[in-house]
Amino acid sequence: MTGSTNDWTTTTLNTAINWARANSLWPMPFGTACCGIEMMATFMAKYDAARFGSEVMKFSPRQSDLLIVSGRISLKMMPVLQRIWEQMPEPKWCISMGACASSGGVFDTYTLIQGVDQFIPVDAYMPGCPPRPEAFLDALMMVQEKAKKGQAKSQEYVTSDEASDPAKSVAFRTPDTHYRHGVDRSTPEHAHHPVTTESSPAAGDLK
Amino acid sequence: MITYNPENHLKVIAQVEARMGERLLGREEKSHYHQFKVKGQDAKDLIRFLREEPSLAFAMFIDLTAVDYLRYPIAQPERFAVVYTLLSPELGVKAQVKAFVPDGDPRLPSITDLFAGANWTEREVWDLYGIEFMGHPDLKRILMPDDYEGHPLRKDYPLKGRGERGNFPVYHASTQRPKGEG
Repeated sequence: MTGSTNDWTTTTLNTAINWARANSLWPMPFGTACCGIEMMATFMAKYDAARFGSEVMKFSPRQSDLLIVSGRISLKMMPVLQRIWEQMPEPKWCISMGACASSGGVFDTYTLIQGVDQFIPVDAYMPGCPPRPEAFLDALMMVQEKAKKGQAKSQEYVTSDEASDPAKSVAFRTPDTHYRHGVDRSTPEHAHHPVTTESSPAAGDLK
Repeated sequence: MITYNPENHLKVIAQVEARMGERLLGREEKSHYHQFKVKGQDAKDLIRFLREEPSLAFAMFIDLTAVDYLRYPIAQPERFAVVYTLLSPELGVKAQVKAFVPDGDPRLPSITDLFAGANWTEREVWDLYGIEFMGHPDLKRILMPDDYEGHPLRKDYPLKGRGERGNFPVYHASTQRPKGEG
């Protein structure tokens, strides 16, 4: 994959292997929202992802090469996604489909992961809410281009120093630490508006 | 077949007022049902009465939810309110019970022994508002992860959380230096 020697035979064999891999990317669908519907449409007859060798939807991560995160990932779903990513054999690629998977989208709340690329390596991002099937095919072809060159984000080299501190890593966006040490708005000044005897309603006022 | 009969509302109101007396904090007419406001400890008594009184027979449990009145412009008796919605197929009317529970000790009796369907809704209210239902058979989180801390639908919970979104392991790229690249 990474050019172990400059030997002519090995290089040519790698090219052949990469060509074969790029044209048989078996996707592992992870459809959690409306992007999943567009993903299904892409695999149907009209858009026909089979033209790119990706028609085999494997619902087992152990037989897949390409993880398609299509939809919003919640706090409770992220460990599941990471377990699936762990179970996929290398080399493996990942597409982050749509605004929610890439950045959290409009859901900037306590329960939604603000981009799966904080925690797993992502090869191709797809904008849109949800993206058109054409955008899906574009991302698929981008992953194919990477695979033909023997590249994958999950195999990019980072130093162990970078790996121990994700904030130093150029390969990833920094995690969502802003609110971890951010302003805690649960201060006593907002705790509970005091119901004094003057403002407290009598029983008859509620009628 | 259940037919909506607005005249039966008067029957329900008369029965509830006779039963609760001073304990009824108030009632409010909504679009097509009446809401009875009580304190938390009186809620189960009223719900049992609505269900078991033969002339009312509110046999169907529709929903249970909660409200947080923190920083609400109109003064309320307490910070939290638990809202029960019941339906009487006999009379063809709905009734709502709004039970106010205090901020410091938000708890009230569970109604799972009256309506088994309240089990998961009470778990949901406990999960998101932190209101405890005493006597619930299995009061644990239902929507948020089991190790989650806090009750996120309370108005004093920060919208963007307390950093739970960032607490996951990062799957790095390879730390193995590739062969042949120095």
